[in-house]
Amino acid sequence: MNTLDHIESAFMRDDIPEFGPGDTVRVHLRVVEGGRERLQVYEGVVLGRSGGGVRETFTVRKISFGVGVERIFPVHSPIIHEIEVTRRGDVRRAKLYYLRDRVGKATRIKEKRY
Amino acid sequence: MNAIVGEKLGMTQVFDEEARAIPVTVIKAGPVNVVQVKTLAADGYGAIQIAFKELAAGKTGRPMAGHYGRAGVVPHRHLVEVRVDNPEEYTPGQVLNVADVFEKGQKADVTSISKGKGFAGVMKRHNFKGQGASHGAHKVHRAPGSIGACATPARVFKGKRLPGRMGGDKVTLLNLDVVDVDGERNILLVKGAVPGPKGAVVVIREAVKAHG
Repeated sequence: MNTLDHIESAFMRDDIPEFGPGDTVRVHLRVVEGGRERLQVYEGVVLGRSGGGVRETFTVRKISFGVGVERIFPVHSPIIHEIEVTRRGDVRRAKLYYLRDRVGKATRIKEKRY
Repeated sequence: MNAIVGEKLGMTQVFDEEARAIPVTVIKAGPVNVVQVKTLAADGYGAIQIAFKELAAGKTGRPMAGHYGRAGVVPHRHLVEVRVDNPEEYTPGQVLNVADVFEKGQKADVTSISKGKGFAGVMKRHNFKGQGASHGAHKVHRAPGSIGACATPARVFKGKRLPGRMGGDKVTLLNLDVVDVDGERNILLVKGAVPGPKGAVVVIREAVKAHG
């Protein structure tokens, strides 16, 4: 293993489930407010993953009070307490940026059938 | 003042205690051998010569082989002299490891040769603004503009910033945070970028201008 991978491996998490674009996830975040920690859940559709190794990130889009909100999380960040995959989406591309231009019914994603 | 020589391996990121992502440069630092010690009495100033990266036998000329031989050190690829206040504490042949020189949380100065950029224009080389993308600008978008007045002084002043060779300079960055030191693997992590490509030789010194 080369040295860079070795350094990165120390910070990589192995408790993150497999998920990809189109999946609906619930990201449980550690939020520190006034010295005490609580969990906050952010739920939405994964638009895609980018980067590699410890620097990998994923984008989650949701509609909050009628406004589209996207948050980008580092996959291996310690602020993530847990990632729950609630729905597997059946999509044909790696980045679902086309969802940004759609509203309502048109943003539906087929569920994956095995 | 302590120093060590290393090789830039690349960049990545690590997370700190507050879960912030810290960009770091990974440097394979040392171990280095002390080849010569210069003292105030003998040489007029205090310094040590340190060697990095062992060479296969027969890869050096005889003068260099002799220089290393005097210290009882096998020839190395890189030989660097660094000023020290207390040369008496070092002996030729001594081996210095990263863990002896740096510890986590310290500040360090890093010197290396920046990447060559070739013949660069003024926007890249001197951060000029360039000219308009539109409003009738024609073929002058990245041009420097006027380089001086006309009949007085009838010449271009010396030092006028113009296009030319850029990069490949010796650059020193001051006060970089030492994020981590791995004595076992001779690895040093410093916060932020370091000049030069992967594989560049870097000299890491204790910070000279660190406050507090």
